[in-house]
Amino acid sequence: MGDIVSALVITVIALAALAALLGAMYWVVGRLPKKWREGARAWVFLFPSAVAVTIGLLVPAIRTIYLSLLDDNGNKFVGFENYVDVFTTTGTRLTVFNSLSWVLIGTIATVAVGLAMARFADGMRIESAAKSAIFLPGAISLVGTGLIWGFVYAGPPFDVGLLNAVTEGIPGLPDSWGGGGDRLWLLERGFGGVDPPDSAPGVNTFLLIVVFIWAQAGISTVIFSAAIKGVPDSLIEAAKVDGATDQQTFYRVTLPYIRSTIVTVATLTTVAGLKAFDIVAATTGGRFGTSTIANEFYVTRFVQGRSGVGATLAVLIFILVIPVMILNRRAQARAEEMMGG
Amino acid sequence: MATITLEKINKVYPNGFHAIHDLDLDIADTEFLVLVGPSGCGKSTALRMVAGLEEITNGEMRIGDRIVNEVEPKDRDIAMVFQNYALYPHMSVYDNIGFALKLAKTPKDETDRRIREAARILELDEQLDRKPAQLSGGQRQRVAMGRAIVRQPAAFLMDEPLSNLDAKLRVQMRAEIASLQRELGVTTVYVTHDQVEAMTMGDRVAVLKDGFLQQVDTPQNLYDRPQNVFVAAFIGSPSMNLFEGTLTLDSSGQGGSLTLGSQAISIPSEVLAARPALAAYDGQPLIYGIRPEDMEDASLDSRPDDQCIHGEVSLVEALGAEILVHFGVDAAPVDSGDPDAVVELGDTAVVVGRFNPRSRIRLRDSAKVAVHAERLSFFDSSTRLAIWD
Ligand SMILES: Nc1ncnc2c1ncn2[C@@H]1O[C@H](COP(=O)(O)OP(=O)(O)OP(=O)(O)O)[C@@H](O)[C@H]1O
Ligand SMILES: [Mg+2]
Repeated sequence: MGDIVSALVITVIALAALAALLGAMYWVVGRLPKKWREGARAWVFLFPSAVAVTIGLLVPAIRTIYLSLLDDNGNKFVGFENYVDVFTTTGTRLTVFNSLSWVLIGTIATVAVGLAMARFADGMRIESAAKSAIFLPGAISLVGTGLIWGFVYAGPPFDVGLLNAVTEGIPGLPDSWGGGGDRLWLLERGFGGVDPPDSAPGVNTFLLIVVFIWAQAGISTVIFSAAIKGVPDSLIEAAKVDGATDQQTFYRVTLPYIRSTIVTVATLTTVAGLKAFDIVAATTGGRFGTSTIANEFYVTRFVQGRSGVGATLAVLIFILVIPVMILNRRAQARAEEMMGG
Repeated sequence: MATITLEKINKVYPNGFHAIHDLDLDIADTEFLVLVGPSGCGKSTALRMVAGLEEITNGEMRIGDRIVNEVEPKDRDIAMVFQNYALYPHMSVYDNIGFALKLAKTPKDETDRRIREAARILELDEQLDRKPAQLSGGQRQRVAMGRAIVRQPAAFLMDEPLSNLDAKLRVQMRAEIASLQRELGVTTVYVTHDQVEAMTMGDRVAVLKDGFLQQVDTPQNLYDRPQNVFVAAFIGSPSMNLFEGTLTLDSSGQGGSLTLGSQAISIPSEVLAARPALAAYDGQPLIYGIRPEDMEDASLDSRPDDQCIHGEVSLVEALGAEILVHFGVDAAPVDSGDPDAVVELGDTAVVVGRFNPRSRIRLRDSAKVAVHAERLSFFDSSTRLAIWD
């Protein structure tokens, strides 16, 4: 009890001190000569977040990069050896390919599913009910999502599994397709006669990506739905009068209009895909060739205690995010230019 | 090119609001018909039903010989110009104009030729590569026009296409649209709440109020022979001055006089001769109206005293070629039913006269004003219909 009270008191005092500091700085800025005032005022408001970014982001990032150049005990400088390791070890290299699959397939499918649902839910009588149902999966924690899908993909002797229950019902389905209903879906990398090599993502990785799409599609539907509603009615009507079918109207007027929203959703999904950890950890724990960079980072660093390779994987995620951000900025700028901005 | 026929068209919105009542309109091939009326009277609703953007509750709509009640907008062969232009923001001017042709799979070279032709007519040649956001209001309006004329459709439908332009541009575009329409000979329905546009552009004008058609006629006929109080007040600017008064005929039945509050105006015998129906109103109240230009400063107009009225001048607007003089009389003003009009309450009506600029009338003078009584309009005070016969 005393702990809570003192924590509260400290929090309040800290916040009050920050507010007082800001107030004081703002007051000082107000007395500055006019030509400096505008610039100085911006800095007053940027200051707290600048401090937070420096302490919480910049310093750790630099330290992580530094650690990635040391050996696994953090003692010896080894240059880029850890990076070479990541790309030459089959296991870690696979995690990179897996992560890229998450990003590519996950993003394309999330955007496509979100757009399709938003389009078809639009104007439906049960629109809000339908959208709530679609949105719900996104409100569950990803660990919970992973557990739920664990039951879907489960097989004997632990559980029958929903997917097995379905495939069992299909007569004549070969065993390699899940016929018989006793397949251990998340353990098997092959499917239907296809048998990926150890260096390539297996079918079980795609099953996990399905979980990711299921979790992401809801929020993307909601965002797209709002964007579609933002398209002026008169534009849609103009297209109809110009002779466009519903489909042509959607592809030639609605989609270009919400282009920047599509770019935003794609970027958010890409970043989420690169960081994919919870779903993997809650289902396979990264075994059976399903690990992703983020999961591998966790295992290497915190389970195996190898700080060098762990830091390298973290830096890798960071590096992979950069082109996404650049592409996002470019696409966003082009979308704005398209709208004549 | 086609006729457009509306037969007993009704529109009831899903919320139960009855926006259009039994609308009958016969729009001839190549005709320029203007739909005019105060805000909320149902002009856009009517136009959107012609376009197919609004469902027809009942009645029959034909474009040419085809009943189009159930026909999709895209299959009606009409082009529409929207109030906010509704240009596709992501397309260049060229693509905006050519969108309909592209959808219709018109051959590329013909599409190109027609886009450039439309751009030339509308003086948009220099802007073809630009996006709508990089255009001025007037240019956007032209692109919207270009999108319509490039199609060579059966009809143009325009919903207040000039209301977002400044006054000067509006006057210029008004003339351009009218002459373009005449050149192309495409049947046009044009919605506006601006009666100057209605009068200057339309072959015929349809006046709408609260979803009821009031009168369809040529601009001049609407002005000269309005069928009811509303049309009389709505058409013309400044509005016709309307009063409630009592008509008293002479014992001979040849002439008579009208009360205007505590004053009276004598009615010449030819007025009563031309409108024998007025005889039935002897001793009865009725509504009568006088247009501003049918009054004059009495010092510049040799009328007998019994055709002159007096009032205190409350405002003088000198417009150069004419002056508008506002003066008060103690008669009850008449509410014409135009929701946009300012109606003074009480027992004083403000009368507006359009006088010769040589008039020396000044603010707060007690003016003596000659009334051209032969030009009066009369209306039944309960039905509000005009008495012309
Ligand atoms: N979707 C709708 N549902 C219910 N009522 C509507 C709807 N659209 C319009 N109305 C009502 O129908 C009437 C006619 O509307 P309309 O838009 O046709 O008017 P308008 O004559 O074009 O007016 P304005 O000059 O302001 O554009 C108005 O009273 C309006 O409130
Ligand atoms: Mg309207």
